[in-house]
Amino acid sequence: MINAGLKELSAALATKRISSVELTGLFLDRIGKLNGELNAFITVDPDKSLSLAADADARIARGDRAPLTGIPVAHKDIFCTKGWLTTCGSRMLANFTSPYSAHVIERFGAAGAVILGKTNMDEFAMGSSTETSFYGPVRNPWDRAFVPGGSSGGSACAVAARLAPAATATDTGGSIRQPAALTGITGLKPTYGVVSRHGMVAFASSLDQGGPMGRSAEDAAMLLNVMAGFDERDSTSLEREAEDYTRDLDRPWEGAGAGKPLQGLRIGIPKEHFGEGLSSDVAQAIDAALAQFEKIGAKRVQISLPNSGLSVPAYYVIAPAEASSNLSRFDGVRYGYRAPEYGDLLDMYCKTRSQGFGAEVKRRILIGTYVLSHGYYDAYYLKAQRIRRLIAQDFVAAFKRCDVVMGPTSPTVAFRIGAMASDPVQMYLNDIYTIPANLAGLPAMSIPCGFGDNELPVGLHIVGNYFSEARMLALAHQYQRATDWHMRVPAGA
Amino acid sequence: MEWETVIGLEIHVQLSTKSKMFSRASTQFGATPNTQACAVDIALPGVLPVANKGAVERAIRFGLAVGGTINQRSVFARKNYFYPDLPKGYQISQFELPIVQGGAVTIRDGKKTIRLTRAHLEEDAGKSLHEDFHGMSGIDLNRAGTPLLEIVSEPDMRSSEEAVAYARAMYDLVVKEIEICDGNMQEGSFRCDANVSVRRPGASLGTRREIKNLNSFRFLQQAIDFEVKWQIGTLEDGGTIHQATVLFNPDTGETRAMRSKEDAHDYRYFPDPDLLPLEVSKQWIEQIRKSMPESLRGQQQKFKDFRLPDYQAHQLTANRETATFALSTFTGAPAAEVPMLANWIVGPVKARLNEENLDYSRSRVSPEQLRKLIGRVVDGTVSEKSAIEVFDAMWKGEKDPDTIIEKRGLNQISDSGALEAIVDQVIAANPKSVEEYRSGKDKAFNALVGQAMKATRGKGNPAQINEILRKKLAG
Repeated sequence: MINAGLKELSAALATKRISSVELTGLFLDRIGKLNGELNAFITVDPDKSLSLAADADARIARGDRAPLTGIPVAHKDIFCTKGWLTTCGSRMLANFTSPYSAHVIERFGAAGAVILGKTNMDEFAMGSSTETSFYGPVRNPWDRAFVPGGSSGGSACAVAARLAPAATATDTGGSIRQPAALTGITGLKPTYGVVSRHGMVAFASSLDQGGPMGRSAEDAAMLLNVMAGFDERDSTSLEREAEDYTRDLDRPWEGAGAGKPLQGLRIGIPKEHFGEGLSSDVAQAIDAALAQFEKIGAKRVQISLPNSGLSVPAYYVIAPAEASSNLSRFDGVRYGYRAPEYGDLLDMYCKTRSQGFGAEVKRRILIGTYVLSHGYYDAYYLKAQRIRRLIAQDFVAAFKRCDVVMGPTSPTVAFRIGAMASDPVQMYLNDIYTIPANLAGLPAMSIPCGFGDNELPVGLHIVGNYFSEARMLALAHQYQRATDWHMRVPAGA
Repeated sequence: MEWETVIGLEIHVQLSTKSKMFSRASTQFGATPNTQACAVDIALPGVLPVANKGAVERAIRFGLAVGGTINQRSVFARKNYFYPDLPKGYQISQFELPIVQGGAVTIRDGKKTIRLTRAHLEEDAGKSLHEDFHGMSGIDLNRAGTPLLEIVSEPDMRSSEEAVAYARAMYDLVVKEIEICDGNMQEGSFRCDANVSVRRPGASLGTRREIKNLNSFRFLQQAIDFEVKWQIGTLEDGGTIHQATVLFNPDTGETRAMRSKEDAHDYRYFPDPDLLPLEVSKQWIEQIRKSMPESLRGQQQKFKDFRLPDYQAHQLTANRETATFALSTFTGAPAAEVPMLANWIVGPVKARLNEENLDYSRSRVSPEQLRKLIGRVVDGTVSEKSAIEVFDAMWKGEKDPDTIIEKRGLNQISDSGALEAIVDQVIAANPKSVEEYRSGKDKAFNALVGQAMKATRGKGNPAQINEILRKKLAG
């Protein structure tokens, strides 16, 4: 049962082969056994989860079930969850029990899903390894000496290690896709505005987007059906008709037959994502995956994203700028951490924020404050915004020649815990392939496509045009029907 | 040598919406501290702002009323600074692209125009309460997020009197004419910051100091007067003025610097990524334009048809209530009666209203009653003096002027036979005055008229008495 996909679990619950209480208990047991080593969860509350499971069972008994009713889902600790500790991986919020729930949490609640716990993450989602968490690093279930990626490393680890059937996550520069790649699962960052940010602790508002993590594209589609939707409490939420993201899963590409279901699909291969910095083990796995796509009918088209090299510098101006302002509310006045001893108001602010935030968060607040300062704003912030538009234009041009863009999610497989601790810039380069989609607001996903050095997973990155999530999930699903990378389970799990 | 004072005002107008600028919490004043602050107002993690359409609509009304440009695309920006009553650590305001640009209002009966730079939407901060907390400060976030329209003028005022006149004109506009603000100054609904500098006439602008948070017209005047005196004194003593923010202390009547430019904040303005640019459609602007009460400008235009002197037209269009009262009084009156009606509106009617602290919309004498009364003065039924008595009777609740005139016997004696008899008696009884008049002393004539009026107990038609008297004395 722990290896079953959501469709199977849903059917088992519907036919009462298993109850939600049993299923939830099964995963809670696994968390109890393995979380000590993996550190994927910050908060687990079996009483609360089992009580939600009992409610779900009652709902199923009444015949009032939705596809995810009774299925336990782990939530990244960035989503405010009423009555649950919501820490965002920070000492600053280590005492913060949220009085309200995020839109995403409400949606899963309305669907009858069970809250399995809150997952570990890089502090305020700033990091690519889940090492910046106040709660300690998360370990990669494939090899515990390695990082799971980040910032959603807890959610990725939970899904990969079968501590949860599915999880929610957020992605500002790759925080869903990179950990999905490094742990061998499927993760999707939707088009900006598809998932409401209400109740999602803000890192960089114009880039943050919630999305699902699951074992497969099919699971991701089922999760996105619940997460997506207009929310008037988020001014950047897009008012669109609800979509069924599973609708195209088994539908071949336009005009293709069942034998070659992706016949006619044009895959754009950006030369900039295959150059220097890409390790050869990852390059090999990606090439094999692309060959597999060709086998089921797709063809490769060489394309160029000429401004792609500017994406990391632009991102590290825009994201810290927004973060420096977004994190100002953590001032020790109303909630969260306050320094135990201080003199006047300024001293209270300084001590609270010095003690409450970790090093990486402070680094980014400083960068962000600097680039927004009088006299620097034009040279940094405005210029970065111009680059952002150029990057979006690169994709507009690319999508005239191809249907999706593919490449590696991350330049390397997972690295050892502590390996990049003293080199933040090297760490930032982990997101070199994922950041452009955030800057452009495009939907992008990572699917497992093989293994590289140290027998660690490799992820294939897929970027689609705006609102093409259903088609992207469908072609990923076709790939997963032809391969079994997404079925692999880490040995220790 | 002379000094010239240069003043520009920034006025914060609290918009009369039910809910806040970016949240659904109530804006009601005076609630128990922190009971009207929702998750958005206290800036819990993860909450997001949603702009209040009613506040945007009010800003557009303002822009239309002052003849400014309504920007169809304006941008909310974050103004970053730390303070305990600013929960997010930034205020959402508008910086580079405000919703309204330009426009103007006039003061001094239309003789001077004050240009507006811009008007932008923003949210208010909470309140810090430094008393009653034994060495600590209390924070009340009920006001946090209340919608404000900040109206910035050009430095077009040259005295504290002009500054007050401008502020009053703006108050009448936003409170009475377009009704976007409740106008309660004690509750902070209308607050002024004054930028004050002095210079030698013709010189370029001097260094300004900004007096913050003046919430009465009296304080505005006192603060500017003190500041101007202080700046002139400083300069004449050979000192220099440094740009600074100053506070006015109403107890001492003095201004004092609270921070200088050197330690001024760098607010790190940038577009708020939680809010898309504010798009306002042409159709919406037109819809608002049509729904607006007739503008004072429009009413002033109508007053021109009544051929009143400019100063009186301005008096009568000082605010919407006055203009409405005057227009409905004039409508249907013979043109010849309009000047007298105008005098009565700014004279007896205003005097009674002031006594009871009412505006024209609550006048106890209606335009119809006033028109009928003045008709009786013009047709000679009552003297203007007696008309005051009729007016007062109507003010106290009696309805019909004719009934009042009848009941109180206030009709003028216009019967020439009766008047001639009285005049004859007066001539007979005052030979000395008659002698004096005939020897060329005009004053004596007035004395005789007075005697005749006295004999009629004030009811004689003075014009007629004049005529009869002259005829008889000449004869």
